[in-house]
Amino acid sequence: MNIGSFSFTRAPFFLLVGFLLVIGIVLTLHRHWMYEVPLVYGETQTIWSVEAKVEFNAHGGPVKVSMARPSAQDGFTVLKEAGASPGYGLNFMDGNEPRAEWTVRGAKGKQELFYRAEILVSQMQSGADLPPPAIDPVSWPEPYASAVNEVLAGAYATSADNYSLTRELLKRFQEDETAQHIELLRTHYADQLPELWVEMLHKARVPASVVYGLNLQDGRRRQNLMPLLRVWNGNDSQIFELPGEKSNASVLLAADTPLLLWEQRGAPVLDVTGGTDSSIRFSMLKREESTYANIAENLSSQHDFLNFSIHSLPVEEQAMFKTILLIPIGALIVCILRIIIGIRTSGTFMPVLIALAFIQTSLVTGLVGFLLVVATGLFIRGYLSRLNLLLVARITAVIITVIAIISIFSVLSYKLGLTEGLKITFFPMIILSWTIERMSILWEEEGGREVMVQGGGSLLTAVLAYWAMSDPWVRHLTFNFIGIQFIVLALVLLIGSYTGYRLLELKRFKAFGS
Amino acid sequence: MFTLPWRLERRGILGMNRRNISYISRYNPRRLYPLVDNKLKTKLLAQKAGITTPALIGTIQSQHDVSLLAELLRDVPGFAIKPAKGSGGKGILVLSRYDDTQYVKNSGTLVTLTELQRHVSNILSGLYSLGGSPDIAIIEELIEFDPQLGGYSFEGVPDIRVIVCRGYPVMAMMRLSTRSSDGKANLHQGAVGVGLDIATGRPLKAVQNGLSVERHPDTGRELSELVIPQWGQLLELAARCYEESGLGYLGTDMVLDRRYGPMLLELNARPGLTIQVANGCGLLPRLEIIDALSDADVARPAAERVELSRQWFGAESELRTETTL
Repeated sequence: MNIGSFSFTRAPFFLLVGFLLVIGIVLTLHRHWMYEVPLVYGETQTIWSVEAKVEFNAHGGPVKVSMARPSAQDGFTVLKEAGASPGYGLNFMDGNEPRAEWTVRGAKGKQELFYRAEILVSQMQSGADLPPPAIDPVSWPEPYASAVNEVLAGAYATSADNYSLTRELLKRFQEDETAQHIELLRTHYADQLPELWVEMLHKARVPASVVYGLNLQDGRRRQNLMPLLRVWNGNDSQIFELPGEKSNASVLLAADTPLLLWEQRGAPVLDVTGGTDSSIRFSMLKREESTYANIAENLSSQHDFLNFSIHSLPVEEQAMFKTILLIPIGALIVCILRIIIGIRTSGTFMPVLIALAFIQTSLVTGLVGFLLVVATGLFIRGYLSRLNLLLVARITAVIITVIAIISIFSVLSYKLGLTEGLKITFFPMIILSWTIERMSILWEEEGGREVMVQGGGSLLTAVLAYWAMSDPWVRHLTFNFIGIQFIVLALVLLIGSYTGYRLLELKRFKAFGS
Repeated sequence: MFTLPWRLERRGILGMNRRNISYISRYNPRRLYPLVDNKLKTKLLAQKAGITTPALIGTIQSQHDVSLLAELLRDVPGFAIKPAKGSGGKGILVLSRYDDTQYVKNSGTLVTLTELQRHVSNILSGLYSLGGSPDIAIIEELIEFDPQLGGYSFEGVPDIRVIVCRGYPVMAMMRLSTRSSDGKANLHQGAVGVGLDIATGRPLKAVQNGLSVERHPDTGRELSELVIPQWGQLLELAARCYEESGLGYLGTDMVLDRRYGPMLLELNARPGLTIQVANGCGLLPRLEIIDALSDADVARPAAERVELSRQWFGAESELRTETTL
């Protein structure tokens, strides 16, 4: 007995299904392994959206603003960047010192320029090794020169290499505040301590520079860059926090406020010609995202044959495909419900279209809207049927009626302050009209009960398809793995050859069960 | 509420999926469907093969001809209007003449000529046809059903559905219209289905809305007394539809006319499964016997096939006659 079984007589058929399954699984795994697209939804990644706002007063002549841009570094990748600056030409200059340059022929008064970068936190990322900067010859006037020599000699004696020398040096400035040499230097170089340290290190033939970093804290606005000391040892380098920046020192090491180096080489962060009173402030926002954005970046930049990815399309088409690739899932649900369960629907794939509309309207709004439109439509269709019209004209009349109903509900709900009601326009109107027409005929011929059975079946199917299609897992998998389509196709073929009983037949023929 | 699949399997119940895959798509070539989906084609085919069908009064093929309806029906005492491509009895009107502009349904409802014209116009525009494609209206003579069947049906002609597989009648059922089915012989609308023994034409079991009944709910006639006259002839007619249509899994709808005997009403390439409920017996064991037949067996003349069917499928049901009724 092959109970509820598949037909086992068609070897080529199962070969095809197996082949499709293998293709689907191989493509999926290939995508997973080769392009590191996570199979598991919920592997979220942290993306920081950092915005720099440059303000200055322009003098009326040509203006050139050059700003340092962040680049890939340990723990961070720059995903995308953009600038907003009406009237200005904007260029992103890459190379060793990535900068953004705004230029304009003439500007006067207060100017605001914006730069935004999307920065992905990725543990894998490591910054390119920057070669150490040249060591400039330095000299100080007396008595500072002797003070510097004194402090350096002490630090040098108690250290072993460039990094420990730096630590010793900074320690002296931090702890021995009362020491005479330190006191002298602190007072004289109060505003330029970081520069002084760099020069002192240069004096000791240690390559170093002042770099600027940003503490990333979610939701912070109007933040300043923090000066840091970068010290090289060969091609290696380390970042040192500065003793003076006490307010930041505490957050520096905290795990949730990672440090982003905005400028890595010691070049000026902001350079404005043709303007004065320039300032730069930062605001930042953190978001946890499923790996979409990152994947998209990754995949669109890799063009080869096997990378047959939706992500190589422009963003707008991608958004469209996000929906298109979900339709097979909805159709699969219809297959399961009709063939395995035995639910009757009005119009085979009408529920999928309704489910697509639900995705745009949200479920409750969609259900209420659908029921309202269909109920009103049925009511009006009841009158139309008495007018003795030809079929095509009658359906056209129903279409116009549906549009009228949708318009009225939209306006009405808007007036009542229910902006949700406006979403009713997402329903496919021609489909709705056919649904109304079919239901109406069904009502006349088979009675209200059959309308309820088929209408209810359609809605149930639509809701289940909606759940499946709006599931973040399903969306993630269908959008990122073309292989899933092959697997769905194989499943549909299998379902299509199912010769066992439908679930509802077990009820229909229950008299035989005793 | 639900039964278990292996119980149905044990009783040999044919399910929708297996019917579609193992019988309909296996035995019914798609290109032959138009023959049975279009009642006019079926009728012409049957006429050519000498299978009796209700006489054709006329057809209406275009909206323009709707006005000719009155002309066509002038001297006809009773008629049935059907959409050629309708399914499941949709769009069928059975009327008797009342006066020049009015007709009366079996139920006594009056229908005016204008209403009738609108109905025909609806048929032409495809309201009742599959997929809404344009259709034509067929007007047939009324059937005068055999008086032996009187009292078994309420306001409608009882018809007999015979499932014919590869030319062998495998199961039969009579459909009796009731008040709740509005004179229509559709089981899901509340008509009574009476399973008929292939060997004898005697009733085996009767159901209405899935429940066993013993009497006709409206007329009160004892259903076990039902006798189908000319049973052998009816089966042979049904069996012959196989050669004529070429469809290996066929539902034939027959009626018994007082004057002409068994007549073919229509053919169905996707016959339903409720016949199993009416017979209290599954189709699968019978169909498997037919599946195992050689081409030579299938090529036997209709009369021989009917004889074999009556041997094979009758013996099994005799037992059932004692137990179920």
